[in-house]
Amino acid sequence: MATFRIKRFNPEKQPEPYYEEFQLDIPPAATLLDCMNQIKWTLDGSLTYRMSCRSAICGSCAVKSNGHALLACQRQAEHLVDDNDTITLEPLGNMKPIKDLVVDFTPFWDKVNKVKPYLQPKEAPPEKERHQSQEAFLVIDDASTCIMCGACYSDCNTLEVDDNFLGPAALAKAQRFVGDSRDSQTLERVKELSEPGGIWDCTHCGECSERCPKPARPFERIKEIMTVALEQGVHNNTGARHALSFFNSVKRSGNLNENRIPVESMGIFNIPGLLSLLPIGVRMFLKGKVPPVIHHSIEEVDDVKRIFKELDQ
Amino acid sequence: MIQHDVVVVGAGLAGMRSALEVCKELDVGMLTKVYPSRSHSGAAQGGIAASLGNSEPDSWEEHMYDTVKGGDFLSDQDAVEVYVKAAPRIIYELEHFGCVFSRTPDGKIAQRSFGGHSKPRACFSADRTGHAILHALHEQLMKNAKSVKIYNEWYMHALIVDGDRCNGVVVSNIQTGEVEVIQAKAVIFCTGGYGRVFKITSNAFASTADGVMAAYDVGIPLEDLEFVQFHPSGLYRQGILFSEAARGEGAYLLNGKGERFMQEYAPSRMELAPRDIVARAEQSEMDAGRGVDGKDCIHLDLRHLGEARIMERLPQIRQLGIDFLDVDCVTECLPIQPTAHYSMGGIPTDINSHVILDAEGTRMKGFFAAGECSCVSVHGGNRLGTNSLLEAVVFGERAGKSVLEYTAGIDYGNVKEGQEKARILKKFEDIFQRDGSESYNTIRDEMKEIMMTHCGVFRNEEKLKVCIETLKGLQERFKKGKVTDKGKLFNTEIYEIMELGNMLSIAQLIANGALLRKESRGGHFRTDFPKRDDENFLHHSLVYNTPDGPVVKPKRVVITKYPPAERTY
Repeated sequence: MATFRIKRFNPEKQPEPYYEEFQLDIPPAATLLDCMNQIKWTLDGSLTYRMSCRSAICGSCAVKSNGHALLACQRQAEHLVDDNDTITLEPLGNMKPIKDLVVDFTPFWDKVNKVKPYLQPKEAPPEKERHQSQEAFLVIDDASTCIMCGACYSDCNTLEVDDNFLGPAALAKAQRFVGDSRDSQTLERVKELSEPGGIWDCTHCGECSERCPKPARPFERIKEIMTVALEQGVHNNTGARHALSFFNSVKRSGNLNENRIPVESMGIFNIPGLLSLLPIGVRMFLKGKVPPVIHHSIEEVDDVKRIFKELDQ
Repeated sequence: MIQHDVVVVGAGLAGMRSALEVCKELDVGMLTKVYPSRSHSGAAQGGIAASLGNSEPDSWEEHMYDTVKGGDFLSDQDAVEVYVKAAPRIIYELEHFGCVFSRTPDGKIAQRSFGGHSKPRACFSADRTGHAILHALHEQLMKNAKSVKIYNEWYMHALIVDGDRCNGVVVSNIQTGEVEVIQAKAVIFCTGGYGRVFKITSNAFASTADGVMAAYDVGIPLEDLEFVQFHPSGLYRQGILFSEAARGEGAYLLNGKGERFMQEYAPSRMELAPRDIVARAEQSEMDAGRGVDGKDCIHLDLRHLGEARIMERLPQIRQLGIDFLDVDCVTECLPIQPTAHYSMGGIPTDINSHVILDAEGTRMKGFFAAGECSCVSVHGGNRLGTNSLLEAVVFGERAGKSVLEYTAGIDYGNVKEGQEKARILKKFEDIFQRDGSESYNTIRDEMKEIMMTHCGVFRNEEKLKVCIETLKGLQERFKKGKVTDKGKLFNTEIYEIMELGNMLSIAQLIANGALLRKESRGGHFRTDFPKRDDENFLHHSLVYNTPDGPVVKPKRVVITKYPPAERTY
């Protein structure tokens, strides 16, 4: 007998959410969604969540199980019980709960819409299909598996502190077009995606790829857009400058020059930006947190340089 | 009252394609009880048919013949002809929209073999073709967001009709529980199938006959309901789909003795015979005790394809096996069984997707239907794999074009808003006030069980009569079930109850149609009448909603090019 500890919320009845426990024998090979249905259909008909396809393709049934977002229909329940024979279910994070496990997807879709999520082709269509090589197909293959379930959005650490971030799903969708050999707007797209709220606001925690139930893996897609942006010469933004400064510092000395990176990231001619760093610098100085003024290379710096050289080739 | 020039109900392939067509000139409201990207079209895996000839020479005539023969000669050949002729253009258009397709080495759209098709004509995107097309169309809608207003998570309760004219729909917002009326010059139904009436099904929870029953409720007959397709490769016990593409790529079907039993049933096409034949072969093996380990399942063997091929062409299937069963098809066989998959029948339409009221083709003004909820009929008694995605897109577009023609110079019809709203509010109230003790879940389970065992792959008179009686009893019990959630906010329970009501009704009509069709054709197989009987049954059936209950009448099959012939593979 397993315990399903479910976060309940129904503002029609009471304003605060609470946890309710249900006991259920998990049938062999039952999915988490099968168990949720058993609870709804035999124990409490008011339990509310979304579901549709049962085969991990429609993206309706994403919830948090034991603190992490997943697709309820895709996972066998017995694989999810913790040491206390319990599965804790909560609504997805970073979105407003509506009732029980149902959250408001409006901001999620608004952000998908912001990345111009449609092909902007190079020229008028030919009579038949446009040609695309198998290699070019592979560039967009993974991103195109996204089912918009919101699991990545739920567990994104950047979104937790910054509503303005487009979020992993929208950026994965963006990569689907940035990388599409048939699209004409690559440069425009990466310029827009390099603005605040875009790719460079990702903190590289990788949580989105961890939670993704499909091969879409948004973090990998975000890195691919970053690469295209740098290749296309879209450097004139804090994020790109930060990445390049980081790169150059490691290449030169084998470690990070923490005095240079903030200055180079802000842009050495960006006077207002640099001034905005001053208060932080002063506070760091007063707390004794300022890095050494003279930056030293690591002893094995020649090895590092050799690695960079080989990578260049 | 909400007003749109045109309202589209359902946002799968047919719904979105029709909305894209209509929004070129008119204002569209599109309603879905989920979100567009969550529509069940997305679950289609293997491909979409068109005679592009990208890997072998092909023609629309061959596509047409395969479709007609696959449908056991019950397809309307005028409809099939426009459909297969439109196919290449429709595929190229999807590609131009940006749809992601797998490619040949020279960069064209890749095509593979599929059951019942004599040429490799399934265009595909790995094993998630429906998903790829669904998202491509959704992207186009996002591009055209100004002219299509999408009502996500709204439920359609009823059609509003005035004589022989349709003037709108009564709907409710699932999130708030508010009932609204949408007035429209034309209504397009793209509401999908109703496989959820069966215990083992590949269908989504949303596939519950809401649209089809709404049409029947206002006096529109329904066509060919007895023809339900059982897909040969549903995941054992869960019923979810393992694409026919597995067999298209060369997978074997093995019985419990490890034999490729299709040798006995369809020696020339083997595993790539049409679905009805393969599903019956599987069921026969299981019934004869030759299932795997004596269980109701058969093995799908992909091991000889090798990991590289599986990962390139069938990655999603592999993952489904691992997630749901802990079985990796690279090294082990997948246990499968026939699963209720597709409804050949539905709301009758002419070849322009205009809904018709009788065998003479009298049109219901302002009402159109496309996709699985409709019966045009291109699939006849059995649909070939990859023909459904094509049907949804081709007839979605045709519905859109027909609506543009129809609405020119037409004004809004008469709608009594208060009366229409009150009718549906009363329906809610009636359910809320039931004070029964029986769980709706029990009723639903019993319906699904009896439909599977008595109206499934093999049928006979005795079983069907028991089925009909059982369903009548369930309908009575349905009137006094137990309701737990009486709130307005996102009350999924009340919608499940309404869906169950629709399913009980359609189940009754399916069983009734199956009882009256005393022959075996396509997906409908009667063990007491195991032969096709062209003399008495080479016709569609239309079931009418009359005060005395359902009355079934014949409708002529349109035969233009290919007279009925023996169907062997």
